[in-house]
Amino acid sequence: MDAVNYNDDVVKKFTIASLFWAVAGMAAGLLIALQLAFPELNVGEYLTFGRLRPVHTSGVIFAFGGNVLFATSYFVVQRTCRTRLWNDGISNFTFWGFQVFIVMAALGYLLGITQGKEYAEPEWYADLWLTVVWVAYLLVFMMTLAKRKEPHIYVANWFFLAFIVTVAVLHLVNNLSLPVSLMGAKSYSAWSGVQSALIQWWYGHNAVGFFLTAGFLGIMYYFVPKRAERPVYSYRLSILHFWSLIFIYIWAGPHHLHYTALPDWAQTLGMTFSIMLWMPSWGGMINGMMTLSGAWHKLREDPILKFMIISLAFYGMSTFEGPLMSIKAVNSLSHYTDWTIGHVHSGALGWVAFISFGAIYHLITVLWNRPLYSMRLVNTHLWVATIGIVLYITSMWVAGIMQGLMWRSYDAQGFLDYSFVETVAAMHPYYVIRALGGGLYLIGLFIMIYNCWKTIAGCKKQCSSVACGAEVSHAG
Amino acid sequence: MLDKHKTVEKNSILLLILVIVVVSIGGLIEIVPLFRIETTIEKVEGMRPYTPLELVGQQIYIRENCNSCHSQQIRPLRDEVERYGHYSLAAESMYDHPFLWGSKRTGPDLARVGGKYSDEWHAAHLKKPQDVVPESIMPPYGFMLNKGADLRTIGKHLAALKAVGVPYTQAHIDAAYNDAMAQAHPESDNTGLLERYGEKMNQRDFDGQPQFVSEMDALISYLQVLGTMAELKDYKPTEEAK
Repeated sequence: MDAVNYNDDVVKKFTIASLFWAVAGMAAGLLIALQLAFPELNVGEYLTFGRLRPVHTSGVIFAFGGNVLFATSYFVVQRTCRTRLWNDGISNFTFWGFQVFIVMAALGYLLGITQGKEYAEPEWYADLWLTVVWVAYLLVFMMTLAKRKEPHIYVANWFFLAFIVTVAVLHLVNNLSLPVSLMGAKSYSAWSGVQSALIQWWYGHNAVGFFLTAGFLGIMYYFVPKRAERPVYSYRLSILHFWSLIFIYIWAGPHHLHYTALPDWAQTLGMTFSIMLWMPSWGGMINGMMTLSGAWHKLREDPILKFMIISLAFYGMSTFEGPLMSIKAVNSLSHYTDWTIGHVHSGALGWVAFISFGAIYHLITVLWNRPLYSMRLVNTHLWVATIGIVLYITSMWVAGIMQGLMWRSYDAQGFLDYSFVETVAAMHPYYVIRALGGGLYLIGLFIMIYNCWKTIAGCKKQCSSVACGAEVSHAG
Repeated sequence: MLDKHKTVEKNSILLLILVIVVVSIGGLIEIVPLFRIETTIEKVEGMRPYTPLELVGQQIYIRENCNSCHSQQIRPLRDEVERYGHYSLAAESMYDHPFLWGSKRTGPDLARVGGKYSDEWHAAHLKKPQDVVPESIMPPYGFMLNKGADLRTIGKHLAALKAVGVPYTQAHIDAAYNDAMAQAHPESDNTGLLERYGEKMNQRDFDGQPQFVSEMDALISYLQVLGTMAELKDYKPTEEAK
């Protein structure tokens, strides 16, 4: 026991913001899923599928995922360094600054302000603002590491640091652009055509690799051992996992550009490294799951731990599926189809969001210093959400593979069997099932929010503010 | 090795530097060589920068995020070449800042949609896609018929593109507004326009509303030029392979 006065105020804010944005981002996702099934839902100029899609993707990845990463990284770095977060003012600025960025970006999308690059849609002014916020984030994180009371930097922090600094590099290079005027929103990218394509997917794939993977592995390396009350399975594997993952991931981008006008050598490199990436990914999964050695019985009793272990299972599945889809022959079928959408969601819903839910439930109990309102509701959330994911990804597998096969199907005379619009019509039932899966997932989220709300509201009545700030020991 | 790693674990600055070095290697090796343009972008006749009206159309295409459902990149696979036409060349998107290849075909590829349908078809289809293709799930864009294309600052747009490498000249920039108006008005004097953008350029009223230049005019002018610039008959991939 020690008496470090942690800055949990900012962690609480990020935690609540992450739940708020989860609702916004996932509700937008459900709406656009319904728009694909029922196009009459495209109403007016501002709420079409095209304008709402980045609201969904940015809302879930950057707003929900980003707030989770801020909350957990600030929480973990304090506990594992046994020191208060550096500079209350600047860390508070990262909170408000990041929320302002999200609102700026989302309003822009609805108004049609976009750079037209997936996951990098915000225009130059929002990009500049995010750069300021992100430099502040890096500064807070580094300065907290610098004043740590522990001699070693814990493994979770390696992952958080790699995530923060690599995202900064990706963001700066991919968004290099020239505004038409300082008073207008429009800018033109410094990159064009094939170079623009590769830089975008170097960025895009590493948004997956560093934002949605390295960052969330940081969460895994703290919260799984903490919840299981066991040390990380293998220290050697952690080292190997970390360096091989960050080295190999960065090469994988060109697999988004197979059979395009990108030179073949780049496609081959992208494919090769994508297949190699399977190994460090599974190394991480094994390191996480095996942390439960000797504590497997806890899986029966603790639904929060279940969230984390199921998330690792989905992580393992999608990091096997990814390398498979990066093989050119497979990609020739899967690319441009809904199989890709299914793949992304098994990673996003199964891995990223599940590990986040597990971490948030745990955080709520620690930050507000009391047990959860209802563990049964956590269990309900878990199963409603899992059924949602299964409906989502199975329908997209069927839809995507069917679509790919229909596009390349020939009749006996050697003519194409299907017009394009016949393949669109064939998607309808699967789009309905997908929306159902997404709907269940959103219901699960509402159950979670109710549970967290009751927990926090109860805390206000019972525990003093002093006790709330006094969480102690750390894992590792 | 484990002992050496302890040094890294105890020094946050060293950890930061090593991470930056390790993540830089792959990106540098893949991206830098692409800027040797002569091996990346094949030589093909006919490519020209977009006309001001087409450029406004492309801005609308980006604004509505058309590229989230339509690709502009035909792969050299038998069915794609039969369905959409000649596979896409790197040169064909070299003036696109950014590229608009897309990653998903909720709707069909548009890399060579230019000239495949009439202007009337496009206007009716954009207004209400289901009127023309009943099974379509595309949103309606009828509002574009009533909105004037934003041509006020088009010269500045050309200037910005020139600064990032598109070969517009000062003459293109100075004449941008007049060129945009002239392209949508077939009766107007077009000598300058043809001189700057070539004989193949489409000059007509695209949306069936000759009284003003709408967003629909701009968008259709863009769609109608897609994939039509490159002289593919003269293109020999074997020469490029050397």
